[in-house]
Amino acid sequence: MASEYTTSEYIQHHLTNAVMCTTENGIAFNKACSDAGFWSWHIDTLLWSIGLGVLFLWVFTNAARKATTGVPTKGQAFIEMTIEFVNSNVNETFHGKNAVIAPLALTIFVWVLLMNLMDLVPVDILPTIAGFIGSSAFGMDPHDVYMKAVPTTDLNLTFALALGVFFLIIYYSIKIKGISGFVKELTMQPFNHWAFIPVNFILESVTLIARPLSLALRLFGNLYASELIFILIATLGLWQLPLHFPWAVFHILVLPLQAFIFMMLTIVYLSLAHEDH
Amino acid sequence: MNINATLIGQAIAFAVFVWFCMKFVWPPLLGAIEERQKIIADGLEASDQAEKDLAVAQAQAAEQLKEAKAQAAEIIEQAKKRAKVLVDEETQRGHSERENIIAQGYAEIDAERNRAKEDLRKQVSALAIAGAEKILAREIDKDAQADIVAKLVDEL
Repeated sequence: MASEYTTSEYIQHHLTNAVMCTTENGIAFNKACSDAGFWSWHIDTLLWSIGLGVLFLWVFTNAARKATTGVPTKGQAFIEMTIEFVNSNVNETFHGKNAVIAPLALTIFVWVLLMNLMDLVPVDILPTIAGFIGSSAFGMDPHDVYMKAVPTTDLNLTFALALGVFFLIIYYSIKIKGISGFVKELTMQPFNHWAFIPVNFILESVTLIARPLSLALRLFGNLYASELIFILIATLGLWQLPLHFPWAVFHILVLPLQAFIFMMLTIVYLSLAHEDH
Repeated sequence: MNINATLIGQAIAFAVFVWFCMKFVWPPLLGAIEERQKIIADGLEASDQAEKDLAVAQAQAAEQLKEAKAQAAEIIEQAKKRAKVLVDEETQRGHSERENIIAQGYAEIDAERNRAKEDLRKQVSALAIAGAEKILAREIDKDAQADIVAKLVDEL
């Protein structure tokens, strides 16, 4: 913890994204973007998430290219274990034929897991490096250089994932059941009578919309809270040492669990979308 | 924490990643896994088959061994019988030969005895004549007394 901060400034600094936007004067960053509105970009979230996504695809594509049907290397066996794990979960839950769901589940699981694992990087390392680069290369005040390295603590990212899943839910609902079937599902359940159509519609719409909302907010909430606690622990000075360790160990469970839950719920929602009543 | 254009960027990135995974990651890896599963299944099946074949071969070998043993026993049995027959025949032959040899021996002994008897008789007759000659102290007409001598010899 840098000594020139107050505790609340420190927490504020660690929980602020690096923002980029375009103004009349060209590209601007951070505080200059405070009134840019919607058209501003969290470049740290984008950088880390896309970087980790590319890392995931690079590792897995490499494994796929070298995949042999003979005795696998240890690396290949590890990749294949992941594939098998995802595949068995998909096959247990989803009983249709769909070429998208399994790769989708794999992408979500590994990508979200990698992004979650950024939570275990000590909270000061990346902001400090970013601050150093910002001050030495661009002459910025290190206090104005932000670096929030856990992409899943950004609502934009979790909502982007959830909306992607939501789009697929609607797409497959309509593809499997037809528009009339989908509308019927929204209006004729749970009370199968024309008089209940408005009630049904409200209930079913809430159910439908709650899915992406809960997906996004669950992941965001868990990761944001755990990151916040990591930062709070980091403000305790010497006491952070005994506290940091159990909290990090606890997250060895929490981080994969959150990735797994996101993947599992995606599979469940999509298999529900495939079910014809 | 506010929602902004990052959402769009992330959604696009997400779509691209899923598409890429669907095209280049999932099919080859799962294909390799399934191919290997098939190879392993085939291998297990082949080993099962080999085990069965081995059991059949072992049974066959045991059967053949039993047959061979039976044959060997039979052959030994036959050989023993044959040997017994041969020994019996040989014994028989030996017996008869011994009998022959003994009979021949007896015959020879008989002939020898007869010959010795004859010789003795002749010598006795010669002695008798010599004795008679001495007793009479005179020459006897051999021709005239030859019948007496012959009679004497016959009496011996």
